[in-house]
Amino acid sequence: MRDRSFTPGRILIYLVVTLFAAAYLAPLAVVVLNSLRTNEEIAQGSMIGWPQHLAWGNYAKAWSGFCVAETCAGIRPYMLNSALVTIPATIISTLLGAVAGYAVSLWRFRGDNWIYGIVTLGLFLPQQMRLLPWTIVLRDIGLINTLTGLVLIHTIQGLSFTALFCRNYYVAIPHELIRAARIDGAGFFRIFWRIILPLSAPILIVTVIWQFTHIWNEFLYGVTFTTGQQQPVTAALIALSAAIADIPQHGVQSAAVIIAALPTLLIYLLGGRYFVRGLTAGAVK
Amino acid sequence: MTDAVSTATRAGRPVISDVVGRLPEYLMIWVPLLLSAAHLISFSLWTIWISFTPSTLVPVSGWVGLRNYTAVLASRNWQIAFDNLLLFGSAFVLLSLLTGLLLAILLDQRIRGENVLRSIFLYPLAVSFVVTGTVWSWLLNPGIGIQKLVHDLGWTSFRFDWLVDRDMAIWTIVIAAIWQSSGFAMALFLAGLRSVDADIIKAAQIDGAGPFRLYRRVILPTLWPITVTVIVVQLQFAISAFDLVRALTNGGPGIATQLPALVVYDLMFQRSQLGRGAAAAVLMLLILLAVLLPYAAWRYIQRRQAGHA
Amino acid sequence: MAALSIRTLSKRYANLEVLKGIDLDIESGEFTVLVGPSGCGKSTLLNIVAGLDRPSAGTIEIGGRVVNDIPPKDRDIAMVFQSYALYPSMTVRQNITFGMECRHVPKIEQEKAVTNVAKLLQIEPLLGRKPSQLSGGQRQRVAMGRALVRNPLLFLFDEPLSNLDAKLRVEMRMEIKRLHQRIGATIVYVTHDQIEAMTMATRIAVMHQGSVQQFADPDTVYRYPANLFVARFMGSPPMNTMPARLEAENGSLVVIIGAGRPDEVRLRLKGYDAAAPFVGREVVFGIRPECIAEGSRAFSGDAPVLVNAPVEMVEPTGAETMVLLRLGGEPAMARISPDIRPAPGASASFALDTRRICLFDPETERLIA
Repeated sequence: MRDRSFTPGRILIYLVVTLFAAAYLAPLAVVVLNSLRTNEEIAQGSMIGWPQHLAWGNYAKAWSGFCVAETCAGIRPYMLNSALVTIPATIISTLLGAVAGYAVSLWRFRGDNWIYGIVTLGLFLPQQMRLLPWTIVLRDIGLINTLTGLVLIHTIQGLSFTALFCRNYYVAIPHELIRAARIDGAGFFRIFWRIILPLSAPILIVTVIWQFTHIWNEFLYGVTFTTGQQQPVTAALIALSAAIADIPQHGVQSAAVIIAALPTLLIYLLGGRYFVRGLTAGAVK
Repeated sequence: MTDAVSTATRAGRPVISDVVGRLPEYLMIWVPLLLSAAHLISFSLWTIWISFTPSTLVPVSGWVGLRNYTAVLASRNWQIAFDNLLLFGSAFVLLSLLTGLLLAILLDQRIRGENVLRSIFLYPLAVSFVVTGTVWSWLLNPGIGIQKLVHDLGWTSFRFDWLVDRDMAIWTIVIAAIWQSSGFAMALFLAGLRSVDADIIKAAQIDGAGPFRLYRRVILPTLWPITVTVIVVQLQFAISAFDLVRALTNGGPGIATQLPALVVYDLMFQRSQLGRGAAAAVLMLLILLAVLLPYAAWRYIQRRQAGHA
Repeated sequence: MAALSIRTLSKRYANLEVLKGIDLDIESGEFTVLVGPSGCGKSTLLNIVAGLDRPSAGTIEIGGRVVNDIPPKDRDIAMVFQSYALYPSMTVRQNITFGMECRHVPKIEQEKAVTNVAKLLQIEPLLGRKPSQLSGGQRQRVAMGRALVRNPLLFLFDEPLSNLDAKLRVEMRMEIKRLHQRIGATIVYVTHDQIEAMTMATRIAVMHQGSVQQFADPDTVYRYPANLFVARFMGSPPMNTMPARLEAENGSLVVIIGAGRPDEVRLRLKGYDAAAPFVGREVVFGIRPECIAEGSRAFSGDAPVLVNAPVEMVEPTGAETMVLLRLGGEPAMARISPDIRPAPGASASFALDTRRICLFDPETERLIA
């Protein structure tokens, strides 16, 4: 079976995978092509078609031109919001998760298994169960409708994943390493900094990619806890569709969609291997 | 006597300075973990509590028993959402499982360009549900999408208007969801296929098993733990699906593609019925537990057996 | 001065008592080997000495100082681990200097110490490498270098040779012993390998089920095992042990194996007066394989004690021939000359060295004489 020759059976295999690949690529191709067509051109035909001439202007308009609810700044402010939420939340949650995972797996404290067990329940608890309490808490501490509030939420929620990823990675590190370092006189942070962290590159990349992708793509919290100019780009995209439903501007919208999806797509392209590892690590829990 | 005293002081001092010296590490470990654990427990209890109060616009104390639950369960919105969830959940999970398995088996045939193909099947996972929903809403929109294209090509009687068809609209969500996440099933299955012991495959080939029998009798049976995992993860997604529906159909046409997560959001933030919204959220949690608890039990039994073996 | 004193030390995990009242005094300059089967508590004991684990009760003194509440780094110890525990992201040099770095030793002194240790262990060419670029034996050396550079009061070795292949293990065994002789360090060495214990130790502590069965020099442990466990654990193949009867005959003691059988073996004992109270009772008779030899062998001393015994199996090893025979119906291993090959199934004559017999109390399993 597993040879590389071209028999009729194998030609069939190639045919089927090619068809599937085309189907998976089609939506991306359609959006990319549409982002280069003028609104009029799309309105005359369908969403699916080859650009007659490349309308690069769509991107400029999508980035900083079109209007959502009286403000005409394009998608740029929302991209910035997403970045200002995603980057700090990713870094902080990864760092705290790494320290927590390291402490739980290699140091053992009284009650650590209980706390860790509860924290991992966060992987399963639906967001809907936390919506109202977060709303109330954010309002009480004055962080409702702020990016800081979203950073806080994503950091605390993300800890469930980051601590799990790191712990599962660190349990494979031999305890003798920690013992040797303790006898050498190194403390908790020195061991983390000098011995554990230099070994952590793979899991930190996995964790950062996972957190970045999830927080960037998150929608429910964004739409619930922020409004108007404070929204992340996912929420803004929905607002955009609603705002221009009367006079469709599919070219510009397509460009906006591409821009919004670009950061995570780029990360996927650059760190595909780690992305997949995160997926499987997240699944096997 | 003096010896005991000197021992005690010698033992005492390092302990105190130890605690002070280790304060930063305690803070760094415990504060985030405790915050996380505390928010999970307290927020769950809080939502459960609200679900038993007559809260509407703001949370109020009071006790209405199960009235919020009966109201939600009796509402048409929830009933449709629940029926949709059953249909969407089973169709999506089954189809994405089959698609993922098929793709994994195809990619396992040592074909050229495997890496490129795998990247193609997986990239939708990097894209947000909002983007997926938006793009598929265009493609499936009969006025501008696939139907329009086919019409423009000359086949004017072609109909593909599920998006605006009350009975079929839920299937558009199934399509988009499969496109988005069948790659996940593929990745897990492919990893499973690749981890089958090469000697077992050789032994089966020496026994004279052809490719079909080899898969059906030898390789696929080893995949069933992965299958269970895939099913549970996908069901978890289906039960809390929100963004995708919001972007693709927004529950419409009418309320034909309503799902529990949309009902929760609607009750909480559009109709200002916090009590009922919380009750609907708790109902979602119960549905989720109906999936997760058996899974946890299964995992526990598996681990115990592995431990005894 | 005792380098290490352990007093009534016990360790309990939930309901499991891992160490039951250990008492040990180790003198400065001694090479003490803690030996025992896996799960006997020897590694736990070592970890408690190192401060990596807390005792449930009892005290530990290192160099005359109670260290129960002192963290590992301040106990003036160094440890070599089974997995070597080299820091993977650091070079060999950094591995060796890490401890000094933690103690803020000036760079110049660090350099000097590394140079000395590297020369001593002949690892100078490796200093710039990462642990992953080293062979097993080299890693072992680096791990020892990391310990040596501390120049501690006490060296702790936790099964340091068990990850090496057989040949390298023998080489490193000799090297560690040579090192000990050269620098006169105090070493506590944990192993499950009784040959390591016999070859390296100045004193052996045999451990079993959380307590020390015997703590003595290797010859004593081998010649006078304190109980049946020690007798069967030390030596390869182990001491033959079998039920027997002790009788008095014409004023001397006679041990009878397989009493009443046609092939019963009667051995007259000399110098076993301590066993007199057991006359007329059952005992456990123990004899080392090397004390059973071919019939022509003359064990020095009195006239040879000869028995005829059926041979069951013969295992030539090159250096000697191992024979499984039956003494009064009980199986026993004999170690005979390599060029003698008795035929399995037939009977042959064997000489017994009756001066080196052990007798044990079947109830307490303790050595009688």
